[in-house]
Amino acid sequence: MAEVKESKKALFPMTKKERKLLFDPLNDNNPVTVQVLGICSALAVTSMLLPSIVMAIAVTFVIAFSNLTISLLRNYIPKQVRMIVQLVVIAFLVTIVELTLKAYSYPVYKQLSVFIGLIITNCIVMGRLEAFAMANKPWQSFLDGIGNGLGYGIILVIISFIRELFGRGTLLSGTPLEMKIIGASSDFWIDTTTNPYFGWYVNNNLMVLPAAALFIMGLIIWYQRSKTPKLIDIS
Amino acid sequence: MEDFLNIFIRSAFVENLVLSYFLGMCSYLAVSKSVKTAMGLGLAVIFVLGITVPINWLINHYILSEGGLLGMDLTFLRFILFIAVIASMVQLVEMVIEKISPALYNSLGIFLPLITVNCAILGASLFMISREYNFTESVAFGLGGGFGWFLAIIAIAAIREKLKYSNIPAPLRGLGIAFIITGLMGMAFMGLMGIDPAIFFSGK
Repeated sequence: MAEVKESKKALFPMTKKERKLLFDPLNDNNPVTVQVLGICSALAVTSMLLPSIVMAIAVTFVIAFSNLTISLLRNYIPKQVRMIVQLVVIAFLVTIVELTLKAYSYPVYKQLSVFIGLIITNCIVMGRLEAFAMANKPWQSFLDGIGNGLGYGIILVIISFIRELFGRGTLLSGTPLEMKIIGASSDFWIDTTTNPYFGWYVNNNLMVLPAAALFIMGLIIWYQRSKTPKLIDIS
Repeated sequence: MEDFLNIFIRSAFVENLVLSYFLGMCSYLAVSKSVKTAMGLGLAVIFVLGITVPINWLINHYILSEGGLLGMDLTFLRFILFIAVIASMVQLVEMVIEKISPALYNSLGIFLPLITVNCAILGASLFMISREYNFTESVAFGLGGGFGWFLAIIAIAAIREKLKYSNIPAPLRGLGIAFIITGLMGMAFMGLMGIDPAIFFSGK
């Protein structure tokens, strides 16, 4: 038994606590739906899958590395100026992300417009720095950053999946993997003009509008809280 | 003057920062439980937006851009400089208000420092750059955007105060219903989308 445990440990060298740091933010302690942080960008970029995936990766990168940096510096930062130090670290990382994106994927950069810059004021980043990285060791802070980034990303991907599928009838448009699922021309897998069962179907333009993101978010919160009653807001 | 009013109205109603760009959503949801506190935060946002957007315009135009005083293209420093300007402006505004009007200072309280991390402020500065406003336009945009944010937070706070007495399914209470109402408000504001404010001032 001990041997099995040992080999398992070697394969996946993480303590229970570290695993909790990584996976807790995915559901029970989700930064978006439970801690209510970083909502601005979560809603604004989600009309299609591609920009939301890019945004999720960018935010994960920024949270993980700013957590790591601040955690390494935590004993040298005077308490009075910690906000400025944090903001400078974050702004530096965001500048790296922005320039990289501009160089390698200009259409997505154009689509995300100001929201890449707004990662600086994304409260998830500041929130994790204040709540976690200022008091914990670098490796754990790094994992916490990755976990929270993924928790943020998963919400973005769910919302944008629904909005793109029902709003435009496509998935992942703009990438080589583009799938045209349903629509009124022969390019789509289900062609509503000829298919005998889907003649009634029309893409819902509401889903493309900003308001749809808010509705879907409200429904996700509703679902999550009815599954996990301890999250219910009593007030 | 026509331009000024045009951009003011457009940024306050048609392109509302909260309802159509979701900027400043975090504090919008966190501080909208009562009208009184919402009013305080809203006023502070108008103040800070009205000041930081023109200042960031000046910085971008005279220091960072290639034709500026330094003669170099320093636009890659934009984020760092803008956030520094916002943080220091918030600090400055806080000190000035404390000196001039202690009553207002007390009513704004904790909200002033919180504004530094409100994405509406940085977002407005970045929009001002990407839409290539000139100086007057950026003043109008700052004030109008702030006013729109103020209106939105007051409206949702008033609705949420009433909601306390209604029978909502337990898992939807609080945050969930706030999102759905914001969505409905966003759709209502979208009804203004087709209106071009210029027609009010063109005299036709």
